[in-house]
Amino acid sequence: MKGLKIVVLAKQVPDTRNVGKDAMKADGTVNRAALPAIFNPEDLNALEQALRLKDTIEGTTVHVLTMGPGRAAEIIREAMYRGADGGYLLSDRAFAGSDTLATSYALSCALRNLEYDLIICGRQAIDGDTAQVGPQVAEKLALPQVTYAEDIQKCDGKIVTIKRRLERGIEVVTCPMPCVVTVNGSAAPCRPRNARFVMKYKNAKGTQEAQDANEDYFALVNERPYLKLTEWSVNDIQSNPADLGLSGSPTKVKNIESVVFQAKEAKVLSGTDAELDAMMKELITNHTIG
Amino acid sequence: MNSVFVYCEIEEGTVADVSLELLTKGRALATKLGVKLEAIVLGEGLKDVEKQVFPYGVDVLWVGDDARLAPYTTLPHTKMLVRLFDAEKPQVALMGATSVGRDLGPRVSSALHSGLTADCTSLEIGEYTDAKSGKKYENLLYQIRPAFGGNIVATIVNPECRPQMATVREGVMKKEIFNLQHQGEVKKLNVDEYLDDTDLVVKVIERHMEKSKVNIKAAPIIVAGGYGVGSKENFNLLYELAAVLGGEVGASRAAVDAGFCEHERQIGQTGTTVRPKLYIACGISGQIQHTAGMEESSMVIAINTDANAPINKFADYVITGDLNVVIPKMIQYYKKNSK
Ligand SMILES: Cc1cc2nc3c(=O)[nH]c(=O)nc-3n(C[C@H](O)[C@H](O)[C@H](O)COP(=O)(O)OP(=O)(O)OC[C@H]3O[C@@H](n4cnc5c(N)ncnc54)[C@H](O)[C@@H]3O)c2cc1C
Ligand SMILES: Cc1cc2nc3c(=O)[nH]c(=O)nc-3n(C[C@H](O)[C@H](O)[C@H](O)COP(=O)(O)OP(=O)(O)OC[C@H]3O[C@@H](n4cnc5c(N)ncnc54)[C@H](O)[C@@H]3O)c2cc1C
Repeated sequence: MKGLKIVVLAKQVPDTRNVGKDAMKADGTVNRAALPAIFNPEDLNALEQALRLKDTIEGTTVHVLTMGPGRAAEIIREAMYRGADGGYLLSDRAFAGSDTLATSYALSCALRNLEYDLIICGRQAIDGDTAQVGPQVAEKLALPQVTYAEDIQKCDGKIVTIKRRLERGIEVVTCPMPCVVTVNGSAAPCRPRNARFVMKYKNAKGTQEAQDANEDYFALVNERPYLKLTEWSVNDIQSNPADLGLSGSPTKVKNIESVVFQAKEAKVLSGTDAELDAMMKELITNHTIG
Repeated sequence: MNSVFVYCEIEEGTVADVSLELLTKGRALATKLGVKLEAIVLGEGLKDVEKQVFPYGVDVLWVGDDARLAPYTTLPHTKMLVRLFDAEKPQVALMGATSVGRDLGPRVSSALHSGLTADCTSLEIGEYTDAKSGKKYENLLYQIRPAFGGNIVATIVNPECRPQMATVREGVMKKEIFNLQHQGEVKKLNVDEYLDDTDLVVKVIERHMEKSKVNIKAAPIIVAGGYGVGSKENFNLLYELAAVLGGEVGASRAAVDAGFCEHERQIGQTGTTVRPKLYIACGISGQIQHTAGMEESSMVIAINTDANAPINKFADYVITGDLNVVIPKMIQYYKKNSK
């Protein structure tokens, strides 16, 4: 069987699972700077599924595609430490303010630059929490999709057999390639970094990161071209500008309220009617209930 | 005028609870907007399915009954919905935030180039002024949803594109009969006109579904009871609170061991780990084996007669009092004041 070309879509996200008090600014907006940026957890599960195919099907390559700011090149390095062959960072102000539709449009345009048999995403990103990007990328590329994948069980070069974990059960489906697969958190965890790859790739940089690099880096890149990570701006993909960023996003955020802020100071009530009524009113107002 | 549409999920001939909840919400929205409520059911063997949905106030039911539509697969359902929405141009389209709805919704929204808001906890009608253009929009759907791991609540609107699409989880909206006598119109879809072989490339070769059972893991609100609840009968109070709030009942091990509640509902180290939006601990002392299973809840209310119960350290609201007094008051307030 011929090796597969696999592209993993991965997103750098703020670690919303460890939100402390300083995660919210006084005006109630999210203070992204106070949250560590991590590899979206389910995208690591996706990467593992890709690496397993690489382990079993000779000649298979795994590349990561990520859209984000310059520092998101970290995601590509992290994937290479675990066995990915390389990656692409799609980064441009033109993509700012994208909702899921504009995000998936930009990603699908970038994917048209690449060859692929399989596109593997995480099910859901922990910041936007929508789980919409995978299916929308599939639709934009007119590919079939398999969501909630727990295990890519088999691949004969033309057809993949995939076990899906649904809310109330499991399903095994077959799907012709190329296709888009979104991987569930219940799938196998990602393998750890490989020390050899860490040594090899730790100096790899994206274009924006390289702006601050010193001469040693450029000397090194001359010898080892793989230390230069590919970065694409809006000019490197074919797209309709009106479908990108804010203008390409049908959904608009009308307003945002923070929930943690008022929450973590405990209020002590003795159970009088007035106190309980006030509490219930608060819970309804901040949409915790109702 | 353009209708409100609800995509109804069906499993073994029964319309899913989440869909009935959305019909209830959809009915209220349609009435407010002065338009029809329409529903669509796709599957196989759907005889008499209208009897299940008309009592919820459906004016028009679209039925696609064909072997190719069951079990659910993405492409055939997407194609039917995209074509129907293209023709009927609904202003609002709702579906469950389930493994079906979250597979289907984004695909449909992408094909129609319409916005989709995931996992809404509240849907309202309101106006919106675009900050840049100053353009004013009336009667938009406010799609209110938590994001950022539940740390923020965003109100999202969809000013220009139609339909305004949203998904909602099971148990978030209330299910309520609109009128047992309500009669709508059934419109049959000719499935052959929609589907061809290219829609059937994904094949389900194995399928094991469990009947819907308690799923405390997915519940946005959990009312948990401990040994302090005192008896199986007293647990009914917790079920009542959970029902009005749209949540599930959980329990400590001491309550399960005492036979107040079934083991499926046990939370903690040797039970389930849960991360609901709201956890109401009633008569639970808060031993570490219990709190290990609930400490990641976004908000905790502790109701305990002991002002120094360890559970209070995890709580956002500490209510020092008898649960038999406090819970009925909460139910009463909520019934009176919720929309
Ligand atoms: C408070 C808030 C609420 C929002 N609500 C909505 C909403 O309801 N509807 C909406 O359309 N948009 C919404 N957005 C915008 C949305 O978060 C962004 O469009 C985001 O870029 C993609 O959505 P997600 O994080 O939900 O990703 P998901 O759809 O959950 O991601 C699924 C998978 O797609 C891949 N992927 C996603 N983003 C990238 C990327 N940048 N690079 C590479 N791979 C990627 C990953 O594999 C990921 O696991 C919201 C944003 C905020 C801040
Ligand atoms: C290996 C191991 C594993 C375990 N795993 C679990 C587990 O998975 N889950 C779990 O829950 N436990 C587990 N336990 C047991 C745990 O240690 C506690 O014994 C148990 O959680 C106590 O349950 P409780 O809080 O309901 O009961 P109690 O500790 O008896 O507390 C009852 C509480 O109710 C209050 N109360 C009494 N009457 C009222 C009233 N009328 N109104 C309001 N409050 C009232 C009391 O003040 C008291 O705080 C485990 C223990 C071990 C050793």
